[in-house]
Amino acid sequence: MYRWIPFWPDTAAVNAIAVNNIYIAELALSSLITLTVAFMLLTFSIRYRRGSTASRANLVQKTWHFEVGWTTATLGLFLILFVYGASMYIWLYNPPPADEEIYVVGKRWMWKAEHPGGQREIDALHVPIDKTIRLVLASEDVIHSFFVPAFRIKHDVVPGALETIWFKANKTGTFRLACTQFCGLQHATMAGEVVVMSGPDYARWLGDQGVRESFAEQGSELFRAHGCSGCHSENSTVHAPLLDGVYGTFVHMQDGSVRFADEAYLRDCIVNPRSFTVAGYPPVMPDYAGQLGEDELLKVIAYIKSIGSKRETGR
Amino acid sequence: MSVTTVERASADEPPETEPSYLTAENTISSWLLTRDHKRIALLFFASITFFFFVGGMAATLMRLNLATPEGLLQPSVYNRMFTMHGIIMVWFFLIPSIPTTFGNFFIPLMIGARDLAFPRVNLGSWYVFNLSGLVVLYSLVMGGADTGWTFYTPLSTSFANGYVFAAAMAVFINGFSSIMTSLNFVVTIHRLRAPGMTWMRLPLFVWGIYSVSVVMLTATPVLTMDTFLLAVERFVGTGLFDPAHGGDVLLWQHMFWFYSHPAVYIMILPAMGVISEIIPCYARRPIFGYAGMVIALMAIAILSFFVWAHHMFVAGISIYSAVFFSLMTFFVAVPSAIKVFNWTVSLHKGSISFDAPMLYALGFVLLFTVGGVTGLMLATLPVDVDVHGTYFVIAHFHYIMVGATVSAYFAALHYWWPKITGRYYPEGWARFSAILTYVGFNFTFFPQFILGYLGMARRSYTYPADWQSWNLLSSAGASILAVAYALPLLYLGWSLIWGRKAGPNPWRATGLEWAIASPPPEHNFERTPTVTLEPYSYDPEHGSFVTQEGRSHAR
Repeated sequence: MYRWIPFWPDTAAVNAIAVNNIYIAELALSSLITLTVAFMLLTFSIRYRRGSTASRANLVQKTWHFEVGWTTATLGLFLILFVYGASMYIWLYNPPPADEEIYVVGKRWMWKAEHPGGQREIDALHVPIDKTIRLVLASEDVIHSFFVPAFRIKHDVVPGALETIWFKANKTGTFRLACTQFCGLQHATMAGEVVVMSGPDYARWLGDQGVRESFAEQGSELFRAHGCSGCHSENSTVHAPLLDGVYGTFVHMQDGSVRFADEAYLRDCIVNPRSFTVAGYPPVMPDYAGQLGEDELLKVIAYIKSIGSKRETGR
Repeated sequence: MSVTTVERASADEPPETEPSYLTAENTISSWLLTRDHKRIALLFFASITFFFFVGGMAATLMRLNLATPEGLLQPSVYNRMFTMHGIIMVWFFLIPSIPTTFGNFFIPLMIGARDLAFPRVNLGSWYVFNLSGLVVLYSLVMGGADTGWTFYTPLSTSFANGYVFAAAMAVFINGFSSIMTSLNFVVTIHRLRAPGMTWMRLPLFVWGIYSVSVVMLTATPVLTMDTFLLAVERFVGTGLFDPAHGGDVLLWQHMFWFYSHPAVYIMILPAMGVISEIIPCYARRPIFGYAGMVIALMAIAILSFFVWAHHMFVAGISIYSAVFFSLMTFFVAVPSAIKVFNWTVSLHKGSISFDAPMLYALGFVLLFTVGGVTGLMLATLPVDVDVHGTYFVIAHFHYIMVGATVSAYFAALHYWWPKITGRYYPEGWARFSAILTYVGFNFTFFPQFILGYLGMARRSYTYPADWQSWNLLSSAGASILAVAYALPLLYLGWSLIWGRKAGPNPWRATGLEWAIASPPPEHNFERTPTVTLEPYSYDPEHGSFVTQEGRSHAR
């Protein structure tokens, strides 16, 4: 579609098409502004070069109406760009309901991806075409930045937080994946590829990985091994909140605030429970910072999410 | 330096009552302990020229390395090179560049004062600057820091193994020099203006330095705190930026950019002032919209404090604060656009000559425009999400900081060279360098826009092989640029001895600095001048001009 423009990068997602449109609009506008300035500089420079006979009489004395004119014009133009950009950003950075969620962990200097079925890959990410994919991003060490140029999506991967981003690929093929936040010695080689496959190919690929346990099942084991189930269960003597169905709800905190229980919230509660005490419960949970690695945390979170969905669907 | 004394008897010069500032005293201590703003300006000039070439050397190595995907340097060396290039160019060249040299030299001359308000503080600032310079050189010689000039945590606090502490301390100390110099300018401009030099009669260069001083004075203390906390965190592990101890890694970015975004304007505001002096002088007509230019400068200075988080659109800040900072970024672009329009229209009905300073100035306007419109693209949220952290950003800020600010620096250097040294620079060579700068610059940095949009990440020592042609083009351009930046060193040096002698007002300009001998006498003005006119009273129709003291000069 954009092949006619020279030096144009691959465009392989619905996100990318939207960004292309605004980019082309701004490119055209920028060229127009630059060429206008260049043209005026050139014309004035030639016409009013020293020694030319052009008349210099009646120099403009009152300038304020020009100033007000072009201040208003630029301000109006910029506001249009702002609104166009801001509305698209809100769409780009608010993940819609996803067809599939994949967990991605950045680590010096590699990307680890974990599929919900338990399939794992390194420096590669296999996804189906025409599906809304939501990525949950975590970092084990420093800040990385997850960037797929062909999808025009990017998000920093910040230690101590979980970030999410989404895309919907519309073209099969292999596309570059890069880290764009300097993360130390081998930052330049922290790269990989995103492979967009047709639905059946993807299903076949998932099946070929030889996986025994799903991601959430692995989390369920950790949930028991680390003693979480000792308190967070119906027959426990400790007064702790039940976690069934907590994901995706609003939670009232002891300090009166209300938090939306997304992945980032669950992570905060596990790592730093004293700061996130749920209203009506004693702050007795020990903190698990340092006891669980980033991908173990993600597994536990995936498990907590799964027990929510089990109850909803009645399975 | 002593050669300039001998031939001062030229007919059209005012009778000599006092030796020039260069020849008043000749001992080494008369330079190192001087309180004369003009000598201190030259001391700063020597220091920052040295750092310009050190930082330039690092850039040369980087471009050599990137000429091929296989590279030339070890990854660890490349990482240290771009870090030191950033730190040295930002804090040891760009931020002090125009204020400490031309600001120091010309602010008192342009407002009709004998010196800056605090001459000892001024000298102290140079010593503090050099102390910080020694620390940064120590960091460089020992192996350099490897964090990028932005020192992002937790890389800088827990992971990097270079001389990060020394580099942060260098920036810490350097801040005090900024604060001392800017405080001096603010007080000087408020208190020491000659009779009749009202605020709306100040030359725009003075306004540029004034606005930048206000920004420096308010922003730099934050940087001082930032680097102090960073050093403490790295040394003792306070946990402020460490999520494992309840800290927040993004806190560093907020604190750092709260200084470092205004710092971008610290680099460009004085350059805008320089260009506003040069364009009217060579177009022989008043600047278009003087009041608008002043308002735009101050608006940029104030708005620059409310845009910092536009460096963090992909960092995980709230969507709504990203939207707010995008809006503020569009707002700050308005006064910048106004300035470009005003400079352009200031050529209308002028009588334009194309001497080297004017060529640099015209180059400035064009390169600043390209840097500006790409800045608008970066202010647009989804486009920033795409190109953030890529070479697009590198190209954008080099258009502003190098294309615009360094061009303005060279424009100022040529424009005021006869006043500073009493000698003309060789015009042919200077025009050649100005054009070479423009050509070399575009060859170096324009391909980087394309590389960035294709997705090449910044701070990478290698890249996929299919991007080599653009990188090679950029490296080739850099070699042209290196020549264009080294040439002035040669011919300006030559002109110190063999250059044609210049009279007090070689460019027939209107400012007070041109009313005294070249080079200026030690105590500037024999009598305090009285100002009766706004600046830039040039008349292109009759080729005449009136100085700010009200003296008319016919064609």
